[in-house]
Amino acid sequence: MTEKIISSKGIYNEFPRKGRNNPAPAATHYCPGCGHGILHKLIGEALADLGLQDKTVTISPVGCAVFAYYYFDTGNIQVAHGRAPAVATGVSRATDKIVIAYQGDGDLASIGLNETLQAANRGEKIAVFFVNNTVYGMTGGQMAPTTLIGEKTVTCPDGRDPLTQGYPLHLCELIASLQAPVFVERVALSDSKNIRNARRAVRKALEVQRDGKGYTFVEVLSPCPTNLGQSAVANNDFINEQMIREYPLGNFRDRTEEAEPVVRPDSDFTRESLDTLFELDSIPPSIPHDDAADTETQVKIAGFGGQGVLSLGIMLTEAAQAASKQVSWYPSYGPEQRGGTSNCSVIISKQAIGSPVVYNPDLLVAMNRPSFERFKNDVKPGGIIMYDAQIGDVELPPGVKGVAVPAQDLAEQAGSSRAANTIMFGVMLELGITRLPEAAFARALEANFAKKPKLIPLNLKILEFARQWVKNNVR
Amino acid sequence: MATKLIKGNTAVVIGALYAGSDCFFGYPITPASEILHEASRFYPPLGRKFLQAESEEASINMCYGAAAAGHRVFTASSGPGISLMQEGVSYLAGAELPTVIVDIMRAGPGLGNIGPEQSDYNQVVKGGGHGNYKNIVLAPNSVQEMCDYTMLAFELAFKWRTPVYVLADGVLGQMIEPFTFPEKAIAPVIDKTWAVNGNAETRQNLVTSIFLDFAQLEEFNNRLQVKYADIERTETRCEQQNTDDADIILVAYGISSRIAKTAMDNARRQGLKVGLFRPQTLFPFPKKQINALADKNVTFIAVEMSNGQLADDLRLAISCRRPVELVNRLGGNLVTLDQVMNKIKAVAGK
Repeated sequence: MTEKIISSKGIYNEFPRKGRNNPAPAATHYCPGCGHGILHKLIGEALADLGLQDKTVTISPVGCAVFAYYYFDTGNIQVAHGRAPAVATGVSRATDKIVIAYQGDGDLASIGLNETLQAANRGEKIAVFFVNNTVYGMTGGQMAPTTLIGEKTVTCPDGRDPLTQGYPLHLCELIASLQAPVFVERVALSDSKNIRNARRAVRKALEVQRDGKGYTFVEVLSPCPTNLGQSAVANNDFINEQMIREYPLGNFRDRTEEAEPVVRPDSDFTRESLDTLFELDSIPPSIPHDDAADTETQVKIAGFGGQGVLSLGIMLTEAAQAASKQVSWYPSYGPEQRGGTSNCSVIISKQAIGSPVVYNPDLLVAMNRPSFERFKNDVKPGGIIMYDAQIGDVELPPGVKGVAVPAQDLAEQAGSSRAANTIMFGVMLELGITRLPEAAFARALEANFAKKPKLIPLNLKILEFARQWVKNNVR
Repeated sequence: MATKLIKGNTAVVIGALYAGSDCFFGYPITPASEILHEASRFYPPLGRKFLQAESEEASINMCYGAAAAGHRVFTASSGPGISLMQEGVSYLAGAELPTVIVDIMRAGPGLGNIGPEQSDYNQVVKGGGHGNYKNIVLAPNSVQEMCDYTMLAFELAFKWRTPVYVLADGVLGQMIEPFTFPEKAIAPVIDKTWAVNGNAETRQNLVTSIFLDFAQLEEFNNRLQVKYADIERTETRCEQQNTDDADIILVAYGISSRIAKTAMDNARRQGLKVGLFRPQTLFPFPKKQINALADKNVTFIAVEMSNGQLADDLRLAISCRRPVELVNRLGGNLVTLDQVMNKIKAVAGK
């Protein structure tokens, strides 16, 4: 009798990636009786039959299938422990090709459970093949999340006790509780009937991928005679008699008919599209400005969150930018913005700006009492503090000029209770502290309210109102 | 030249887009979140891929996937998130995959706070994860450079097939400055010699970091070290101001270099011969350039928002040939001008 070896489809005939000087180039690295070989064969065959090898990237996990790339005749990526669904997501989003994440129970159900559930919940276009053999294989037979109650492993030598080690995790059931997955099924490799069913499920999962319909999850109950300390035959009996009782076979989700292909757009790399996106054609020309002075103006603006402190700073920055000045804006950021006090630094200069943080301002704008008290002593000798008159009587540091602006009242008189910052902006303009041209202030208001153009005329009016107030009230 | 006011974090995204990045994966964290926000705003209208990942581990592994496929991918985070990414960065280095990682540093350790610090220096510049690898680390100090260095990061990542960091801090991420948009937009081409792109040409390609054979892994490690030596020889960048005649040289990167610049200008006005040395690449550290300065009788002052992490590297680079003083702040505080001036005066004996 002559021996006939039928070569596998979708799988390399020899495995040179096993290493140099390999004495058995056609032997796998798997133990005798292991289920991985059967599942590899089923997947490879389906890929070949469906003509998908040129379009497929297979992801090898950490675990016994860490070397899956020795075998699958597709593109191959080996990844970190438990991260296959995340890597698969990256490959899928980038390429829109077919992606297989092949994982064991420690990898998928323990260290990688978050990635597993999140990828499933997003309905990523990936085929997950999950080998459940109730035990860690590669690392030497430790307890897995899928270890049965009472089952002995290296790390539960007296058998898994649910009081200390919890209960077996049911992955198909977990995945099927999510809305996005298209196909979820549990199969087994324990006898020829079960293998035929597994073959069908593997194919179906890959057909869903071929059609770009979304996430598929096939859990495969698989033998591990080495780590379970059983013969191959006994291990199959263990699957049929004990595992299936805990992990019933069957389909948990099948939306293959109704699911629509998920279409991803092509990336646009043209300069024109980028320039349009950033509205580069609508940048106004800079405002001519003949300020010969070579001085730097440092401004600190502070107040309660919601008083427009940060946007007043940005308006000032816009005005300086419009006049082609060097300028920087730096906010206090984070929780301070939410409810508490907030402040920002603006530096306007002819030279390149060093530190963007203002410690000793030429101008302090204090919208409330705490801000006034906190920063008043930092103001440079000869500097100015503009503060809201509502804060009442103040004590000014020696050599510092104070301007009490009834900003909130003026804003309300001018037609907007939320425009105290625009009032301050107008006072700044009229006092000439920043030496920026008038047109730059108007430009800044337009830029600031570009998204709410209806507010531009009102704020221009408020700006003018503030200037009049200065003319009438400030000597 | 189109110039606009732009926030540092936004400039990063602009740089990535003009550099041809078509994938962004990230997870929220202050003070880097605007990068995530801006990517979500600007990637999809161009058909480019944006995804908010479930964690930083997932972000960096999504990057690993897109990078393995040969695409220009990036992520951004801050200290605690960068710590979580270290496993993935080690795999990127081991698999020689190009990925750009932007770190907007905040104050640690642990949850620390969201103020600016430069305390990720060691975990970013020295590798950070397991194994004998290094990352190219670019250190911008302005909004413009946040964009320009992000573009450069993509170029270097693909040139050397290695992870490249843009190492910035909370101030650079949050500040706004006038910004000139890039002159050209890159339409990237997938390198079919190594990428696994799900097509016939790349079907036989393999991305892995496994070398079971000890001799082979040693050979690979040695090859990595040769690569890092080549990077050191060709990619080192630094900026020097007034170092020619300086007795005192401030050494600083990122936002601290802006403060140091102001201090240098002040000191010069007071007649003190102070210069500024700014490494723009932290790995490779500009050893040759700093050693040329150390040949003279100078004192170095490291200005940093970390516990001497930069000062240590500086001492190492010059083999402790010259005194290296440290001016620093921790906990989310910036180094102040006064602090630097006082140290300069103390060193100058004034």
